Formats: sequence, C-alpha cells, structure tokens
Amino acid sequence: MTGMERRAVPARFRPGERVAVRRADPPGHIRTPFYIRGCVGVVERLCGAFANPEELAYRRTGLPAQPLYRVRFNQCDIWPDYRGPAHDTVDVEIYQHWLEPR
Amino acid sequence: MRGPHDMGGLPAGPVDRTEHKHDFWEKRVDALARLLTERKLRTTDESRRAIESLAPDAYDRMSYYERWMAAITTILLERGVITSDELGRKMEEVRTRKAAP
Repeated sequence: MTGMERRAVPARFRPGERVAVRRADPPGHIRTPFYIRGCVGVVERLCGAFANPEELAYRRTGLPAQPLYRVRFNQCDIWPDYRGPAHDTVDVEIYQHWLEPR
Repeated sequence: MRGPHDMGGLPAGPVDRTEHKHDFWEKRVDALARLLTERKLRTTDESRRAIESLAPDAYDRMSYYERWMAAITTILLERGVITSDELGRKMEEVRTRKAAP
C-alpha cells in the first residue's frame, strides 16, 4: 500500500459518546443491520479505520478508510417486547458514515 | 431495501444446529473460492454482495455452498473471466456426459 492509499477519514466520536444510527435504507451492499438503524447507543470503542466494505463490494477502493466503532445498545431500547434483564446490552460494529452525534 | 440475509429480529424459529458431512462438490466450491481469492479474482465483500443480490426465494431455497457457487458465477461473469456462452456450453457438455450410459 502507498501512503495515499492509507489515508483515513478522521474519527468523529470518542468512547462514551452517545450516537444515533442513521435511519437510512439505501440499495447496495450495506453493513449496518436493518434492526439497529434509528437506534441510539454509546460508543464502546474505536476499532480502527478500514476500507469501506460497502464500496469494496463493487470493486472500488473503499478509500479513504472509514473509522469503525463498536457501539453498545440497551436491548430494551431495540426490542419493544424484550423480556430479558433490563441491563442486557448488544454491541454492534458500525462504520462512522452510519453514525450521527446525539 | 432489506435483503433476505438481513433478518436480525425477524421471526425465524429455532436455529438448526445439526452438522452434516460436506459433500465432495461442496469442498470443491470452497477450494474454488479460495483459489480465486488467492489469484485476486474474488473478494469476500464482492461475494457477500452477490449472495445478498439473490432473489429472496432463491436465497431461502439454496444451501450455503449453492449460494457461494452462485456468487462465484456472478463475480466471474462480471469480471469477464468467463462468458455466459462459455459457461452455458460447458454446463450442456457436463449434462450430456452425465446422461450418457
């Protein structure tokens, strides 16, 4: 890889920040599960920056690399009929372009 | 568009955890996929996109390696590694050979 290819979008969020997943429904190869779109969670960690797989799927470079976060959600916030303990959470890895500040 | 693969949270019944021994053709599909990846003629992201693009009924009906094979076919046609005509003729040839007594 050359230096140019390693360029990445700067990380916008820090661990502990509240973020909302965009409620979007574009066609194509999408890496944000449908069920989590529109939900609000907390950034658990920044996993790094990676070539965007939604672009790689069409044989493009996926660059600049997109920051990928592990975001933690309360199960009760996602599933209206959730019957497990109130403190149950689920972690979902989401690329930055799918997240907005909350 | 919610693809047939993106089923998190939808009712789907219990997960079938039974294992089965892989058939020879399934091992060949796996080997073919690995070889194509090694030769830079296939990527995992492309393969996922091709599988997700299957018609919902085909996606549900096909087995794991049938989906992989469908994706390999799509990718090789898109990349121009093979043509539909070549593939069609080869399939005919194999069918005839298998039907022969």
